[in-house]
Amino acid sequence: MMMAEELRIGVFVCDCGTNIAGFLDVPEVCEYAKTLPDVVYVKENMYTCSNAGIQEIMDAIPKYRLNRVVVASCTPRTHEPLFRKACEDAGLNKFLFEFVNIRDQCSWVHQKEREKATEKAKDLVRMGVARARLLEPLEEIEIPVEKSSLIIGGGVAGMTAALSLAEQGFEVHLVERECTLGGLLNGINELYPSDRDAGALLDEMREKIEGEKRVHVYLESEVDHVDGYIGNFSVKLKGKSRDELKVGTIIVATGAQPYEPMYMYNYDEYENVITQYELERMLKEKKTGNWQKIVFIQCVGGRGERVRYCSRICCMNSIKNARLLRKLLPDAEIYIIHRGMQTYGTVYEEYVRKAREEGVRFVRVKDGIPTASSLEKRNGKLAVGFYHPGLRRKLEIDADLVVLATPLIQREDAKRISQLLKVPLGQDGFFFEAHVKLRPVDFATDGIFMAGSCRAPADINECMMQAMAAASRAAIPMAKGYVKTEPYTPTIDEERCMGCGVCVEVCPYGAMHLVEKNGRRVAENIPAACKGCGACGSSCVHRAISMGHFRDEQIMAQIDEVVT
Amino acid sequence: MSFEPKIVAFLCNWCAYAGADMAGTSRIKYPANVVPIRVMCSGRVDPEFVLDAFEKGADGVFIGGCHPGDCHYVSGNYRTRKRVIMMKKLLQEMGINPARLRLEWVSATEGKKFATVIEEFVNEIKELGPSPEGE
Repeated sequence: MMMAEELRIGVFVCDCGTNIAGFLDVPEVCEYAKTLPDVVYVKENMYTCSNAGIQEIMDAIPKYRLNRVVVASCTPRTHEPLFRKACEDAGLNKFLFEFVNIRDQCSWVHQKEREKATEKAKDLVRMGVARARLLEPLEEIEIPVEKSSLIIGGGVAGMTAALSLAEQGFEVHLVERECTLGGLLNGINELYPSDRDAGALLDEMREKIEGEKRVHVYLESEVDHVDGYIGNFSVKLKGKSRDELKVGTIIVATGAQPYEPMYMYNYDEYENVITQYELERMLKEKKTGNWQKIVFIQCVGGRGERVRYCSRICCMNSIKNARLLRKLLPDAEIYIIHRGMQTYGTVYEEYVRKAREEGVRFVRVKDGIPTASSLEKRNGKLAVGFYHPGLRRKLEIDADLVVLATPLIQREDAKRISQLLKVPLGQDGFFFEAHVKLRPVDFATDGIFMAGSCRAPADINECMMQAMAAASRAAIPMAKGYVKTEPYTPTIDEERCMGCGVCVEVCPYGAMHLVEKNGRRVAENIPAACKGCGACGSSCVHRAISMGHFRDEQIMAQIDEVVT
Repeated sequence: MSFEPKIVAFLCNWCAYAGADMAGTSRIKYPANVVPIRVMCSGRVDPEFVLDAFEKGADGVFIGGCHPGDCHYVSGNYRTRKRVIMMKKLLQEMGINPARLRLEWVSATEGKKFATVIEEFVNEIKELGPSPEGE
């Protein structure tokens, strides 16, 4: 393609404080960038993403008549939208912007090789500038958004999100696998720190959902199949309901399950060794025994034993139930053996203080060793052994009841949901956010969000907050009524196209078809169905297909610059 | 001076590129011999890109995609897998050791895996020496 206009490229290199500048020579990269063809302006920024940095881009575009902008900084996965917007605001088509990743894939991973990191950054900038020279202005594709949402999972997070979206005027399809709404909350007795009856909260929420005509509940049903993209998902259900739904957004709120401590602390052998969730049920059904000594053991399976992470909610759960038992059995001795209580925040710390005042005994054992070192049945009692670091010796408590606080773990069906929606699970098995700070509750895929314990163990309060957050995020495109998507779709050179149909065959979305034009069969793209993956582009042997923003020439320009 | 190979890595936007970012966020070190090129899908990697890279002097080509079943575009990674088998044969015919082309599945959360396979690959290429095409 002929470029009539003179190329004027501006390169902005970010220090990212010391995240980049601390590990490679940014001034040297800048000096190098000045020597590259068509580069007319180079600027080092302390933080290109700061207000000052953005302003510098916006000022430089008119001042130096820049028609291409390259930023070398963190990663396009988080900051490309911001820099693109700066270009757009300064009157430059945002697809004339090019991102060069010199932090996540350079300075951060070559921290002890300053020279090599600097050389690699120069290579990457050179490749980015080469690609920028061939960028073309593009227009985004506007697609309408269905004003309805699918929520997978009818626990406290799913119900909260459903109510929030319905109150905002959107249709909600709430799909629950079990025969009743509520999820794990169904088995909970009281809530901390309010000591409110969990059943009452659940009834209240169910009632609200029943009264909300915009919420459609599908019990004993599961999602069978999902197709489409933000604004236009088609969903098929299976189980009791086999409805086919059209939704604009999806919220995953599938929750978690308590870890079953098989072969730990003789849980499967002694009936007086129970889990926290079993105790919850006993308290709820008022089936507690006349126990005189009760021992809670924290982090059973958690924090390194079976799962790596801290399950966050078990400390507060144990304190809650210890205090309840304290009231029921005023003469009982109650111990909580722990490796450091996690009672973060203002209210929770107060809760643990009250438990101490009421006589619940907390024993902190050393990190890195099992919370309790032995447990065996002796004279009808459960002898719990542990090393007391304060007394510097092994102690034993002859308990009537041992309660194991086990972590929440990801549900077994999460993998299926992850493949169904093409969204990732993290290394601990929970759903993986687009970015912890920049895009919490979002998946990297547009239009899909998460809330509650499917994201990481969370208590009721946190589930509700996340559900409201996810509902607000989902409401944005639905309230707007449209989204703009990246125009990475193909254009077809009809002179070159032989109408062979390979592209039709390889397209996973049915976005390519053959049409008759001037008496010849040629391929045609349907932009609304196309997701811009490039399968057609790489399959066309006649080089008739050109992918928007990822043209062969643009990628090959980068390859050309790998070796100087 | 010891041989420092130049390796081009085509990384799919949704899994491998994100996995490489994850290695960064976790500060996991790997050799600086690899320069990434971002593509939307590993299925976008045209055989010509690979040949072009070797022709231009690259000592190795790495392709990173989503795990089977996880492709953001349904089936792009399966196409890549087939294509890589075909390309390895082609490289053999051309007198380029097929081990210089490597395909790996790296998910968005596998920063550690990304660093490990890159390090392995760089060491392998170092052992193979400079690409015959590059001379």
